[in-house]
Amino acid sequence: MAVVTAPGFSGAAPATEAPRRAALAYLFASMTGDGWLLKVLWSCLSIGLFAGLWEMCWWFGWADAKLLPPPHIFLGSIADQGKFFNTATRWQVGQAMNSGPSAFESVMVTISATTMRVFAGLSIATCLGIGIGVLIRYNGLFDKLVLPMVTLLSPVSPIAWLPVAIFLFGIGNAPAIFMVVVALFFHMVLATVTQIDGVSPNFLNVARTMGASKRQIYGRVILPAILPGMLAVLRMNLFGAWMVVLVAESTGVGYGMGQVIMLARNTFNPSLVFFTIAVIGLLGFSFDWLLRQIQRRILYWLPDAKEKLRGL
Amino acid sequence: MASDAPRYSSKDAVVCRGVGKTWAAGTKRAHEALRDIDLDVTPGEFVVLLGPSGCGKSTLLYLIAGLEDATEGEIWSFRDRVEAPSPERSLIFQETSLFPWLTVWENVSFGLSIRGAGKAERRSVAEDALQRVGLRAAMEKRPDELSGGMRQRVAVARALAMRPKVLLMDEPFAALDVQTRARMQDFLLDVWRDSGASVLFVTHHIDEAVALADRVVVFTSRPGRVKTIVPIDMERPRNLFSREAEALRMQLTDLLRDEVDRAFVEQEALFATA
Repeated sequence: MAVVTAPGFSGAAPATEAPRRAALAYLFASMTGDGWLLKVLWSCLSIGLFAGLWEMCWWFGWADAKLLPPPHIFLGSIADQGKFFNTATRWQVGQAMNSGPSAFESVMVTISATTMRVFAGLSIATCLGIGIGVLIRYNGLFDKLVLPMVTLLSPVSPIAWLPVAIFLFGIGNAPAIFMVVVALFFHMVLATVTQIDGVSPNFLNVARTMGASKRQIYGRVILPAILPGMLAVLRMNLFGAWMVVLVAESTGVGYGMGQVIMLARNTFNPSLVFFTIAVIGLLGFSFDWLLRQIQRRILYWLPDAKEKLRGL
Repeated sequence: MASDAPRYSSKDAVVCRGVGKTWAAGTKRAHEALRDIDLDVTPGEFVVLLGPSGCGKSTLLYLIAGLEDATEGEIWSFRDRVEAPSPERSLIFQETSLFPWLTVWENVSFGLSIRGAGKAERRSVAEDALQRVGLRAAMEKRPDELSGGMRQRVAVARALAMRPKVLLMDEPFAALDVQTRARMQDFLLDVWRDSGASVLFVTHHIDEAVALADRVVVFTSRPGRVKTIVPIDMERPRNLFSREAEALRMQLTDLLRDEVDRAFVEQEALFATA
């Protein structure tokens, strides 16, 4: 702040004070009640508490650093661990060990590859799941033909689909995305059907007495009515997607975070395992946060759910 | 319906002849809700359907609205046989049925948007309807920002926006507190007089029937039949503490008491056998 003041001219003091006071007031406000800074602090404390317990176990010698390296060890060797990432380029024939991207670039490439698969799989599964779910309730014949098959396939573990993914798509992005889609799709269909069945009959009756056609009722009443429930389902499935993508990547489908975990297992490198777990946790957390922001934007009409538990 | 000439006076707002409804007919869970209902409602008339809970009076409303099919008899409204829902017969529910994702005015003009009306028209109709229920200032609000009474007024405005000839109301004020309910009854009478529509109003409150009705249709317990029809020719605005009103209340209480007792015995017997 460049405020030129003549010596002895005291009137300038409030001019510099005011913005500072405003900033302090903002900082203070963000720390009270539901302020964002307070939430961040609590999140840090939650992580710190866990890390602290772990460090304590290491300090007292209960946790062997070779098996359960505490955060300061596995995070301290980030630069070292980075070279294990982006295995695909390094394993190509003719690549020298020291050539190629830097450790940081490797980590970023691997992270974005996995994130992209999660995002693609989740998007495809969501669109397909909601589409088929709505169609099942919209058309009686479709319901009879499709719902039993969907219910039959729904409990099948994604692991069972892994060979199919490799048979069909070989290695690379496609099988990993296929795995995410197949793991989420059937649940999304069933969740959509359940949500539609739960729509208040009053909403439907109002629309019917107003002369709405079936298509209008589906488009303008049922879809907005199931949206809150579907976004909650989507959030649950986001975590499911992160789990499955790792399985897909670790079982030879390609490169990515799962491949790194597998490499860590084969080379007995617990630091690398925990570092990768930390990265995945952080990514999943950020994705969830993003989804919650979107949820709040789209579902402007819903009151704060935590409000009703207040005072208990 | 040119081929199907009306057999009853086409002037009547609602005509029920021998109407019966059995839920889940033909199955083990079949139970008869309504039997042999004959009822005529003239245009502009305020008819209250009074009966013990579970006697099928709401069912009758749903049949007249065209949301459910009668299993016996037929229902006519003006010239047409009732076979499907129509904007001419608006139904107002006990619970709020406003769409929470729309603003108040968008809710009120929902029916117009279904018909594909433009925004300017929808807004002006909504404004007009909300004016009539005294909530023009709340146009841009969301339903969850309103109180229960205000929400029901918006629901009434939404029905009025369709210019219905028959307003069907299913215990619309049941969830409101006593003071709000009294205000809403006055408000409803004003709206009814303005709109010229016939009103069929379901309630199990005797006070409400005395305050509102031109005629009170008293139902028996299940299966619901018309026990008797009590005309009320008190002047409006009504003095609900007059001797006349008191006598009516006593008469209706007596008529209902037998039915409520019978319903109790029946329900207990139902549980005993189950």
